[in-house]
Amino acid sequence: MDCSLVRTLVRRYCAGEENWVDSRTIYVGHREPPPGADAYIPQRYPDNRIVSSKYTFWNFIPKNLFEQFRRIANFYFLIIFLVQLIIDTPTSPVTSGLPLFFVITVTAIKQGYEDWLRHKADNAMNQCSVHFIQHGKLVRKQSRKLRVGDIVMVKEDETFPCDLVFLSSSRGDGTCHVTTASLDGESSHKTHYAVQDTKGFHTEEDIDGLHATIECEQPQPDLYKFVGRINVYNDLNDPVVRPLGSENLLLRGATLKNTEKIFGVAIYTGMETKMALNYQSKSQKRSAVEKSMNVFLIVYLCILISKALINTVLKYVWQSEPFRDEPWYNQKTESERQRNLFLRAFTDFLAFMVLFNYIIPVSMYVTVEMQKFFGSYFITWDEEMFDEDTGEGPVVNTSDLNEELGQVEYVFTDKTGTLTENNMEFKECCIEGHVYVPHAVCNGQVLPDASGIDMIDSSPGVSGREREELFFRAICLCHTIQVKDDDEVDGPRKSPDSGKSCVYISSSPDEVALVEGVQRLGFTFLRLKNNYMEILNRDNAIERFELLEILSFDSVRRRMSVIVKSATGEIYLFCKGADSSIFPQVIEGRVDQIRARVEHSAVEGLRTLCVAYKRLIQEEYEGVRKLLQAAKMALQDREKKLAEAYEQIEKDLILLGATAVEDRLQEKAADTIEALQKAGIKVWVLTGDKMETAAATCYACKLFRRNTQLLELTTKKIEEQSLHDVLFELSKTVLRCSGGLTRDNFSGLSADVHDYGLIIDGAALSLIMKPQEDGSSSNYREVFLEICRNCSAVLCCRMAPLQKAQVHAPCPLSLASDWGIVKLIKLSKEHPITLAIGDGANDVSMILEAHVGVGVVGKEGRQAARNSDYAIPKFKHLKKMLLVHGHLYYVRISELVQYFFYKNVCFIFPQFLYQFFCGFSQQTLYDTAYLTLYNISFTSLPILLYSLVEQHVGIDTLRRDPSLYRDVTKNALLRWRVFIYWTFLGVFDALVFFFGAYFMFENTTVTSNGQIFGNWTFGTLVFTVMVFTVTLKLALDTHYWTWMNHFVLWGSLLFYVAFSLLWGGVVWPFLSYQRMYYVFIQMLSSGPAWLAIVLLITVSLLPDVLKKVLCQQLWPSATERAQNTCVRWQDHLPELTPLASLQSLHPSAAWPGSHSEQVTSLCWESKEHEAPAHGARLSLSRRHPSWKPCFGGPPSGDG
Amino acid sequence: MTWSAAARGAHQPDNTAFTQQRLPAWQPLLSAGIALPLFFCAGLAFIGLGLGLYYSSNGITELEYDYTGNPGTGNCSVCAEAGQGRAPPPTCSCAWYFSLPELFQGPVYLYYELTNFYQNNRRYGVSRDDEQLSGLPSALRQPANECAPYQFSAAGLPIAPCGAIANSLFNDSFSLWHQRQPDGPYVEVQLDRTGIAWWTDYHVKFRNPPLVNGSLALAFQGTAPPPNWPRPVYELSSDPNNTGFTNQDFVVWMRTAALPTFRKLYARIRQGNYTAGLPRGAYRVNITYNYPVRSFDGHKRLIFSSISWMGGKNPFLGIAYLVVGSLCILTGFVMLVVYIRYQDQNDEDEDEQ
Repeated sequence: MDCSLVRTLVRRYCAGEENWVDSRTIYVGHREPPPGADAYIPQRYPDNRIVSSKYTFWNFIPKNLFEQFRRIANFYFLIIFLVQLIIDTPTSPVTSGLPLFFVITVTAIKQGYEDWLRHKADNAMNQCSVHFIQHGKLVRKQSRKLRVGDIVMVKEDETFPCDLVFLSSSRGDGTCHVTTASLDGESSHKTHYAVQDTKGFHTEEDIDGLHATIECEQPQPDLYKFVGRINVYNDLNDPVVRPLGSENLLLRGATLKNTEKIFGVAIYTGMETKMALNYQSKSQKRSAVEKSMNVFLIVYLCILISKALINTVLKYVWQSEPFRDEPWYNQKTESERQRNLFLRAFTDFLAFMVLFNYIIPVSMYVTVEMQKFFGSYFITWDEEMFDEDTGEGPVVNTSDLNEELGQVEYVFTDKTGTLTENNMEFKECCIEGHVYVPHAVCNGQVLPDASGIDMIDSSPGVSGREREELFFRAICLCHTIQVKDDDEVDGPRKSPDSGKSCVYISSSPDEVALVEGVQRLGFTFLRLKNNYMEILNRDNAIERFELLEILSFDSVRRRMSVIVKSATGEIYLFCKGADSSIFPQVIEGRVDQIRARVEHSAVEGLRTLCVAYKRLIQEEYEGVRKLLQAAKMALQDREKKLAEAYEQIEKDLILLGATAVEDRLQEKAADTIEALQKAGIKVWVLTGDKMETAAATCYACKLFRRNTQLLELTTKKIEEQSLHDVLFELSKTVLRCSGGLTRDNFSGLSADVHDYGLIIDGAALSLIMKPQEDGSSSNYREVFLEICRNCSAVLCCRMAPLQKAQVHAPCPLSLASDWGIVKLIKLSKEHPITLAIGDGANDVSMILEAHVGVGVVGKEGRQAARNSDYAIPKFKHLKKMLLVHGHLYYVRISELVQYFFYKNVCFIFPQFLYQFFCGFSQQTLYDTAYLTLYNISFTSLPILLYSLVEQHVGIDTLRRDPSLYRDVTKNALLRWRVFIYWTFLGVFDALVFFFGAYFMFENTTVTSNGQIFGNWTFGTLVFTVMVFTVTLKLALDTHYWTWMNHFVLWGSLLFYVAFSLLWGGVVWPFLSYQRMYYVFIQMLSSGPAWLAIVLLITVSLLPDVLKKVLCQQLWPSATERAQNTCVRWQDHLPELTPLASLQSLHPSAAWPGSHSEQVTSLCWESKEHEAPAHGARLSLSRRHPSWKPCFGGPPSGDG
Repeated sequence: MTWSAAARGAHQPDNTAFTQQRLPAWQPLLSAGIALPLFFCAGLAFIGLGLGLYYSSNGITELEYDYTGNPGTGNCSVCAEAGQGRAPPPTCSCAWYFSLPELFQGPVYLYYELTNFYQNNRRYGVSRDDEQLSGLPSALRQPANECAPYQFSAAGLPIAPCGAIANSLFNDSFSLWHQRQPDGPYVEVQLDRTGIAWWTDYHVKFRNPPLVNGSLALAFQGTAPPPNWPRPVYELSSDPNNTGFTNQDFVVWMRTAALPTFRKLYARIRQGNYTAGLPRGAYRVNITYNYPVRSFDGHKRLIFSSISWMGGKNPFLGIAYLVVGSLCILTGFVMLVVYIRYQDQNDEDEDEQ
């Protein structure tokens, strides 16, 4: 073999880090570049095989076992099992081996099945055939054989086999449409662009002749980010360099639509595709219940160890007298005598551990897991959470967090698309201070021939007219909308006005609303074709503008621009963005009038955008072009360089006007927020909107009420006073009345006097977060948190998405200033449970950061829903999700956890007591079968069923009375007090069982024939009483007895009796001992045994019954009152109608008179009937469909 | 997660009572209104039962005698002194004299009681071979390992019955003599030594190995008796139905006791003139003192007890029922007070709401 080849191979395999470079170079079609190009760095790429499965056939058993025993509980039971195998232990290894085996097997089967499904999916994926180009011919081969650098052809409706750089398409303009439904769930079409210099290669032969290299970054999981560079070598040796961005990248998993075929070159394959990278890392969230469960486990582990220690020590103290250690009737073997004392003591300690190990219930984990798995189906099944309009139901992505839904203390909600419908309507625009208000578009129904314009004051004159048209053109041009001219497109957003099949598609609904609004004013955006934007102007003439550059939108700049060249050769830059980001860049225009109008609109809850422009001369444009080109070429820090370039270009603008778009509140959003607040949940609205807009929305959705005292912490205020003063003043205000607040907590109606709402903006927030030189920032943060804690509602406006939660860039030395608001609250000293809800990609960081992330399946795509723990169709479903499902799950699982510990205390404590009466010899009280089956069959099903179907309060009551939620927050049912109560109840019951049986058996016979019972009868009596008590205790706690409960509960008791009869009734040939033979039946033949069973069960249950009745009578919690009411309600239905239900029937009764709210409400109601206030005008404008001046006055202008 | 992100729940859910969590259900509430009558009723019932149990327990008479033979406690101390060492002690007899002023109501049962004897010690409790005791010939030759150190004799023969329990078989024996007239002769009272073990143990669980040539002794050939036994297992009794593993005394002993102080049934007295009980007169119990207990600080007792439907004398159950019954009534009253005092208040609260 050739030596150099070996050396290369060795280098490839061993080089490791040296080979790891920041970028990769790909030869398109494996063609070497002409000599003189950059040195080739050989890199190995994986093949295109996708492996999502965890196991192979061979490694399944070892790997799965390893995975399972990494869980601490399983490992513990494994150790116990091994100890039992090794040393001479009181219980047979079967007792812990069988349950462990059961648990491990069930889990392994489940995981194995899931992995088998994954294998199948992988195989289907890897073996599907792919067309690719080899020597100018089309060849088919299996997808997994694809290599980096291969040129691939994809036909319509096929899925891309790997990440491709888009070379050319069958469409003339080098575009293609793609849906990424299986990637991020968005079914809308996205346009991707072929590389400029290669889009002409249409046939296989052409493409084979392509000579190019691609340099791009190493694969990274961000789906929307890609930087690269392509060098195309034409005949002349100087290569053409082009930037590559995410618009040139076709991702594996996406599907080609509306395009016959495309060619692309593979750059990331197999496990390096963005899709594969995305599925790999998902952090696990743990619920508060799980954490308390683990703490309780540690407590029980300590109890276990101390029990074993106590018994070991006592054993050796007791045995210090030789006649006890080795009486004549019970002598040891020679080897036992010779064993080392310490070894003996250690073995004894282990034996005691084994004896008592059942106190940590192996089946609890299985039951909890099953409860979560099956329980989550009740959410998906819920009909009330199914949205008819979209045909979507709730989706549970993580069933581990079900109970956390009942623990939420803070809700962080995005405004747009979550609280509001994200269904924008163009409301008004203001050009040079003239205001245009449409009337007839309130309910989304737009009228056919609305082409006229009416404005507020007299005609604006010639220059005004020019500006007006410029404004409309600006809106027509400054956007990233695509036009779909065929109707087959999924998820169409039809332009209703056009009447034609003209559909605008955009990631931003605002843009669509604006363009549609302008369309009614006579300017219609027709299409973008070959870099020319065509608009139809008022005179039905087509104007063509060459699109030179798009300075795309980002949330830091909060504006976007386009540079276009008109037919007459003039170059314009149109810029549109938030007022705060436009005004500083403006040097000319009627800034004051427009600002006033913008603020007026904002107060009404409208979303405002400002439009500005500037004219560029050719030289200026050349400069701009170069600047942008340089930034776009950069491989490193491209974003930053682009942002800098944009900043340089978008200045010295001339203000044209402003637009106002309405985003209606979602149905029942106000009702939901009100309910959440009544439930004691603090609602924070985080939005990028202006403060006034956001505040108006907050009033409309009842986040703030009339009597809410608003506290402002805004940049404006901080400019007046120092941050320090503002903060401390606010905290003083809040703390003065905090005494009143606590009292108010207990009354069900929180609409009390001291209700604070805080408004804070992003800038002020970052000031608070920013570490000061003197290190006082933590102090500010504390004061700020203190204020927030006392506010029932907080509105954060003008937030940058990253401020919502900083979860990206997990740099180890992340500064305190990087804390997002969610993290801030999450890590504050009470560690409250937070829930974040949002619908857009910008909410993902917040959703991932919060304890519970809820995604609304919104119009901005499915990114949020995909990354969330739960996805719901509408914001209103959050109410049932938290108040009903969350509450029930929490109650169920906390009872489950407590009950499991309780029943195992009952189980094991008698064993512990028995050691004092059997010479600490580790004698078991119960038979092996009982030890084994207690947790896995005698007492397992009732609690599992309970934890699935229990409703301590009915669903309707929970929904009607949100304040019941307060009874369970802060992990109320798993607090130490409750835990200790349950443990002591267990100890008490154990004492009753044991000593009850003890006194029964002491020195006497209990049969009428004088015969004597032995130790197994003693144990069986204790066990029988225990099984009955523990099951009946659950029956006492069950409030919702369906037929299933009856069946399972009584069935499991019956099963115990039947099993005992059978177990003791037969001489089992496979057993070497027959200790249980006829024991159970003999016991039942004794009258006193029956009497004792009845007595002991009664005594064990008595304290709990007493506690329940007394607590309910003396200190009833809201829940218990509700239970009471419920019962009475059933009795005399007509007499009692709780006020809460009345209120929810008439929500309008409590509405504050905020102006914007009236507007919103009118809009809603106008669907059903005409509201009296606007009614007249509404009907008028329907009859005369035209734009009406807001403040009356004769219609003017050229309609 | 599979690659095809199949969305769960994206279809119209089924509308059944179960999936909507609206199954018809009985929703009981443990309110004071229900609990109060319950407590009173339970209390009354328990007190009634308790009284019955208490009197029925009181009607049972017991007569017991400690014959351990600690110095100065009776004529058994001689034997106790003699048999200080480990078993087998020299055969020694002593007697217990007592007189009954009136009829000891029958049926009368004779028990022996041992204290400080840990039959429930784990190592002791497992030291047996149930297969051997069920007459399995293979187990007869190869006793279970749990029997060690009583698995094989010094000579290497398998021990039958093996194990510590069998080895420590209680081997005191008693005979009861009745003196009808003062200074009259003592007449032996027949002790019925059958029916003292569980029927199932005696008839099913314990079986002798199959006879060899009709002889039990041959069946046990090649085995050794437990070290403490003076004679092999097939000579436990002359009655062919009561020897070998199916000896009633042996079966009784093999049912290990739950607590370190325990009684075992020795005999029933139900024959002849003694069916109704022991008539008045003087009695003597002849005790063959074999079993050493003083080495582990134990006691031996003899007990004559009558039996009712609820077994022997045990006041615990009656007292417990009485106490629990009165507790129920007491808490019932407490709750009644609470109920009356707080009911109005609660109603007011609700009215306010």
